Amino acid sequence: MSQAAQQARHIPSGEEIIRCTDVNKWYGEFHVLKNVNLSVQKGERIVICGPSGSGKSTMIRCLNRLEEHQRGTIVVDGIELTNNLKNIELVRREVGMVFQHFNLFPHLTVLENCTLAPIWVRKKPKAEAEEMAMRYLKRVRIAEQAHKYPGQLSGGQQQRVAIARSLCMSPKVMLFDEPTSALDPEMVKEVLDVMIGLAEDGMTMLCVTHEMGFAKSVADRVIFMDRGEIVEQDTPDSFFTNPKSDRTRLFLSQILNH
Amino acid sequence: MTDNVQRVGLPDERPPANTVGPIAWLRNNLFNTWYNAILTVLVLALLGSAIPPFLDWLLIKAHGFDSTSPACRQDTSGACWGFIGEKLRFILFGQFPWNEQWRPLATIAIFIALLLASCDRRFWKPWFGLVWAAGLVTVGCLMWGGVLGLTPVENTLWGGLPLTIILSVIGLAVAFPAAILLALGRRSNMPAVKVLCVTYIELIRGVPLISLLFMASVMLPLFLPNGVSIDKLLRAQIAFIMFAAAYMAEAIRGGLQAIPKGQYEAADGLGLSYWQKMIKIILPQALAIAIPPLVNTFISFFKDTSLVIIIGLYDLLGTAKAALSDPLWRGFYREAYLFIGVIYWIFCYSMSKYSQKLERDLNRSHRR
Repeated sequence: MSQAAQQARHIPSGEEIIRCTDVNKWYGEFHVLKNVNLSVQKGERIVICGPSGSGKSTMIRCLNRLEEHQRGTIVVDGIELTNNLKNIELVRREVGMVFQHFNLFPHLTVLENCTLAPIWVRKKPKAEAEEMAMRYLKRVRIAEQAHKYPGQLSGGQQQRVAIARSLCMSPKVMLFDEPTSALDPEMVKEVLDVMIGLAEDGMTMLCVTHEMGFAKSVADRVIFMDRGEIVEQDTPDSFFTNPKSDRTRLFLSQILNH
Repeated sequence: MTDNVQRVGLPDERPPANTVGPIAWLRNNLFNTWYNAILTVLVLALLGSAIPPFLDWLLIKAHGFDSTSPACRQDTSGACWGFIGEKLRFILFGQFPWNEQWRPLATIAIFIALLLASCDRRFWKPWFGLVWAAGLVTVGCLMWGGVLGLTPVENTLWGGLPLTIILSVIGLAVAFPAAILLALGRRSNMPAVKVLCVTYIELIRGVPLISLLFMASVMLPLFLPNGVSIDKLLRAQIAFIMFAAAYMAEAIRGGLQAIPKGQYEAADGLGLSYWQKMIKIILPQALAIAIPPLVNTFISFFKDTSLVIIIGLYDLLGTAKAALSDPLWRGFYREAYLFIGVIYWIFCYSMSKYSQKLERDLNRSHRR
């Protein structure tokens, strides 16, 4: 991104929307998250990277309770995530999630995929939900496929639909769990373009990805995780040019020099 | 050096002539190896020797529907369709009063009409449930009578095809939603619900249907206080529903297990509640996957209704057996069993055909 564009970056509001305090999680005996502390402000764009098995996906999946943490607190949009089902549903309404394998509903058309949650969770009238869905489908440039089924679309198209489906709930935060990792190389760009567009519009985003170009051009902050802990977090500029820990340097040398 | 670049696209060509057409099909499918050729010839010879005598018996030398028993006994080389002609109404309607037999006939017609209409997915709407309810009320009035000037008929006199259809359609219709709840319960996170469902399914699946029917008809009345009695037909129907539900629950669980975890996560991630997730996302896919085992259960239970004969109810098979016990017509069991076999087959084959169509339709809509 050019220097001018860097300047034009949206500035996070300073208002906190996610706070994780000393979050710990175990899978059986395996300690996946170790004392994770994280504060995210409204409008912030965060890229989380790290070697596989480092707990990055687990961490963002804890933020909408797809995974349960066992110690510490997670507060999203003022609501603490506990076993309270009502609270969990309230948080999930406000937090959109995009998965590595898209997870579109194969028995519903693209349009129905997008209108289902607004109609049933937000109780929107069907016409209104459809109108909004078409607006977001246009935005991810796939409106002409609205009446097709997910199985008839390419991977890149499916992932764009998945993004539109999340946006239809008007979420305050979007979580991306390796959104481009399952795509054929020629389709990565179309999905990243949509994500860049979202970032430019000021959406609060947490994105687990290996797309370092995306991190450099879009992120306000890059978080590096290794073996369940946050090792380093910094602006992309200093993260990539001046990493402070050895683990970060090792990781960067492995992904950048191939 | 040769040029390694193909600059012009190659034109499409027709496949070689020896791989298409009927001759090629015969060669590829029936005579492709020497042992397949031998098998083909053997099977053709077997069919050639079995089919003509059977047709001979079935049609050519057969006695017509108006033939009498003595005439049939004189010449036994052909089928005696006079037996069916004479006993048709008894086999179809059992001991239902002769002059009122239009009522079970209407019942059969109503059921078939409802079932055929239900095959059309355009009718899969909530209001169609009301049509079914209205149909069942009408059927109840027709069979029991006692209203609108219809003479009352005890349900001990019901029999034949209406009984078979009532037992299986009502049985499967009640068992199906119960089975869905059992299958969901078996996969529930709540230990108490899970244990209850697992116990029920394993207990019921572990005993033969016959013993369940016996228990319903013989043992249950022993446990009831004096003077309280539940109708025999109802008891059989309940035993049947309990059995079918356990089996269908397992078929549905198979479908549920085939749904990838990502579907649950995507539904959760959108904030759908448990029941919204199940009704809108998981069950539509799981049931579509479970169609083959479900139809398998449907077909086997349609035929298993014939077991009610052991507790003294006369379904289609029961009435056929009873018709054979008439001294005048004793011994014409081939005709009797062939006749009801054809009726059973028509119902079961229709179910099978329809399920194949449904599978195709559901797959066409959401797979490439």
